[in-house]
Amino acid sequence: MIGIVSYGAYIPKYRIKTEKIAEVWGEDSDRITKGLGIIEKSVPNVDEDASTLAVEAARIALKRADIDPQEIDAIFVGSESHPYAVKPTSTIVAEAIGATPHMTAADLEFACKAGTAGIQICLGLVKSGMARYGVAIGSDTSQGRPGDALEYSASAGAGAYIIGQKNLVAEINGTYSFTTDTPDFWRRPGQDYPSHGGRFTGEPAYFKHVGSAARGMMERMNTSIEDYDYFVFHQPNAKFPLRLAKKMGIPKEKVTPGLLTPYIGNTYSGAIMVALSNVLDQAKPGARILVSSFGSGAGSDAFDITVTDRIEEVRNRGTKVKEFIDNKEYLSYGKYVKHRRKLKM
Amino acid sequence: MVEGIPSIWRKIPNRYRLEGNVCETCETAYFPPRVVCPKCRRKGKLVKKRFSGNGKIYSFTKVYTPPTGLELDAPYHLAIIELSEGPKILGQIVESDDKKVKIGAQVKMVFRKMKEDGNAGLIHYGYKFKVID
Repeated sequence: MIGIVSYGAYIPKYRIKTEKIAEVWGEDSDRITKGLGIIEKSVPNVDEDASTLAVEAARIALKRADIDPQEIDAIFVGSESHPYAVKPTSTIVAEAIGATPHMTAADLEFACKAGTAGIQICLGLVKSGMARYGVAIGSDTSQGRPGDALEYSASAGAGAYIIGQKNLVAEINGTYSFTTDTPDFWRRPGQDYPSHGGRFTGEPAYFKHVGSAARGMMERMNTSIEDYDYFVFHQPNAKFPLRLAKKMGIPKEKVTPGLLTPYIGNTYSGAIMVALSNVLDQAKPGARILVSSFGSGAGSDAFDITVTDRIEEVRNRGTKVKEFIDNKEYLSYGKYVKHRRKLKM
Repeated sequence: MVEGIPSIWRKIPNRYRLEGNVCETCETAYFPPRVVCPKCRRKGKLVKKRFSGNGKIYSFTKVYTPPTGLELDAPYHLAIIELSEGPKILGQIVESDDKKVKIGAQVKMVFRKMKEDGNAGLIHYGYKFKVID
């Protein structure tokens, strides 16, 4: 057996409403809220970044696990907003949770899917016996250019998963990836904000990859939509995952428990990790979950997961995603600009 | 003033995971860690200890004129926290409004950026505290 020993998610306390951003740029806020399906998004505090978010998520995961941090042999942190261009985020996390020094660590980057790439690497290391436990984290404090469509969605959050072979809260039955070179979204060195292909980010990028990975996973597991209780898809907005579900014939109620974009925006590398945490916060033992992440550039990692009895024993030990979503404070656009350091001082 | 790299590095165990020490002879806990137990002197035996991060506000003030590197944080609460294990430490209180910040309020440790040496220098990470609702 191999799978998730524990999990933890973290969402910063601050939010900005879509209407506050729309107001500044003279956009029709109802049209945008409806179009993207985003009511508000999370905003980090001035003293938070992808490292601090990753540490908080990892600490919650450790609270839910009965392991000694010294048994963690590998840590991977996926992000597109690593605080340093050179100097790992993963060493900061490793030191903060007390996993150093007899271990390996590295930072990953693959737009929004770097966290699930970390889960796959941990699965490989644990299965081969190279690591007793591996920690995979997706964490981002993503930025959108002021006035750009991305500004309504780019938000902050993190999710951490401890991968191992004992005391699992969820078994990972299989994983499958679908990857091509698709230039839908990018950021060149030294640039503060990413560029994207507008409508091109949809059909040839998101839908093709997330859909193919999900279908490929089911083909390999010899399963169909009826076999799963939950579908967790990457969520750059609320519209894409729901449209994909509709296209694939998946009932909406199997998708909404893992759809958080309306309340927190797109937390990039954190998105699928936080969404899956929200499903684990409520799933019954035996529930089967199909996950399909997405990273622009482009690729999708799919996982077939079965929740175990242990989930009910450990889930209440840590702060749940719903508690983070409900504990919020709204910012004005001015304060948001300060928090995101969009103002050059 | 920019703190030297060795000094920042040396404080990583203390700042990142609240590591201090405790004297096994008299059971007094210290943060930051002591080299010698001032109570037991030669009879003391100091061992590493990671504090829970739970504590309460012993005293506090509000800072409106911050030092360099904390301009964006101001105004903020600065407090002496009495850790549940005993030691008193100075720390910033985050995301807790004026009504909640009072003497005796329960706090827990959070991991934050303590300071940044400009845009090109090091980022100093470590503990801050938050009032528990």
